[in-house]
Amino acid sequence: MRAVAPMSLVALLGGCEPQHDARLASDVSIVGDAVPASLTGAPGDAERGRAIFVSREEGHCVLCHQVEGLDAEFQGNVGPALTGVGGRLSAGQIRYRIIDAQRIWPDTVMPAYYRTHGLRQVEHGYEGAPALSAGQIEDLVAFLEAQAS
Amino acid sequence: MKWALLIGALCLAGCNKPESTYARNSDVKAGDIKSGYAFLQDDTKALQDDDFANPGFLWVDRGKRLFETAETGASTCSTCHGAHGMPLKGVAAHYPKVDAKTGKLLNLEAAINLCREQHQGLEPLAYESDDLLGMTAYVASLSRGEPVSVDITGPAAKYYEEGRDYFFRRKGQFNLACSQCHNEHWGEKLRGDTISQGHGNAFPAYRLEWQDFGSLHRRLRDCDTGIRAEPQDYGSETYMAVELYLAKRAEGLAMESPGVRR
Ligand code: HEC
Ligand code: HEC
Repeated sequence: MRAVAPMSLVALLGGCEPQHDARLASDVSIVGDAVPASLTGAPGDAERGRAIFVSREEGHCVLCHQVEGLDAEFQGNVGPALTGVGGRLSAGQIRYRIIDAQRIWPDTVMPAYYRTHGLRQVEHGYEGAPALSAGQIEDLVAFLEAQAS
Repeated sequence: MKWALLIGALCLAGCNKPESTYARNSDVKAGDIKSGYAFLQDDTKALQDDDFANPGFLWVDRGKRLFETAETGASTCSTCHGAHGMPLKGVAAHYPKVDAKTGKLLNLEAAINLCREQHQGLEPLAYESDDLLGMTAYVASLSRGEPVSVDITGPAAKYYEEGRDYFFRRKGQFNLACSQCHNEHWGEKLRGDTISQGHGNAFPAYRLEWQDFGSLHRRLRDCDTGIRAEPQDYGSETYMAVELYLAKRAEGLAMESPGVRR
């Protein structure tokens, strides 16, 4: 049994991975709990990512998350602090959490920022588009990846 | 065997589980129910508590004036609801309420407009107009301190269910339900705001962010657009039903209108 287990693990995981999450804005390949490949095919810009993280018109992640040393007033605490998150999670894990957190944690209040399908009562003007573009998400990944403790 | 189960569970959670239209069942425990007032900063509390500083009283005063003055050809509200007639003290605490004649759910705004049409021969006031807000605030202020208590039996039951359904249904681009913030995360910080339990007992209320006085439906529209959900119309049956659900959920809390909120 012991020897067989890892084999069946591979077989079973193989059966369901890599997955293609049909509810997302583009074809994204999920491997385990990560999306390893950049959505744009290029690395993001951490400096722009910082602005998106704070800006009310863009990511506005500070609504729920705090990053120590970040220049932003009133950071929320509905989500965990992301200080040092780059030391805990790989870029691919961070990317997956921004793309579709509700797939990882079905009951979470964190929005799925790259989701477009299977939603109800979406405000006119937002239908069919993800909350953040592929480029904005890559910038955020670069910014958070750089948050090593 | 254990392995297979574990892997099966992982796979189900990861790839195949269909998402529910509703957030998980949750509530605020009976002993924990608190007005939004409890989550305000001291200076905002002070503004609500001082009838002379509270900007909402501009609307209460306007409503009182309208209540006592007749529009052309009509009787005044105070003719029927005066010292000798049907006093309105405590009445607002029992709204929304089903109209016996039509079976429709009425909130206070709708009840005021129905009176205008049926007993005064007047046109209904526009939702969110200063006149309707004023009348509503005046009538609500006559119930300040009274415990919220609504009937959800009989013909009201279906509206209560509809309101509850809306409260737990995921919606908008952010795919969130009211319950996820107000049942599961109250007390936590959403940037400058502390998430309250989402009760309606302070409305109509003056909101500092609006720099204006507004109805509960205006507040609900803000919460809906906050999750990028298409908001319902002012005075819509859906928001009336949500209002009834919220009132039942807030049972026993003191009426606060005109409240002050951030
Ligand atoms: C409405 C609240 C909310 C918003 C807005 C939000 N998050 Fe989250 N986030 C959460 C919560 C809550 C969790 C933890 C998951 C859980 O248990 O529900 C989380 C988890 C995470 C994690 C994983 C952290 C870890 O240590 O595992 C990352 C990374 C993250 N969020 C990034 C972001 C980014 C980037 C944005 C903005 C684009 C954002 N979040 C916006 C609530 C939010
Ligand atoms: C993403 C989080 C979130 C969601 C989802 C949400 N709200 Fe709110 N709500 C807030 C915040 C923040 C406030 C302002 C602070 C407070 O009073 O809670 C608020 C305020 C309110 C208030 C006013 C409470 C008071 O005392 O002033 C009501 C009523 C309310 N919400 C009801 C709802 C309903 C009904 C829904 C669903 C249509 C909903 N909320 C969805 C975050 C949310």
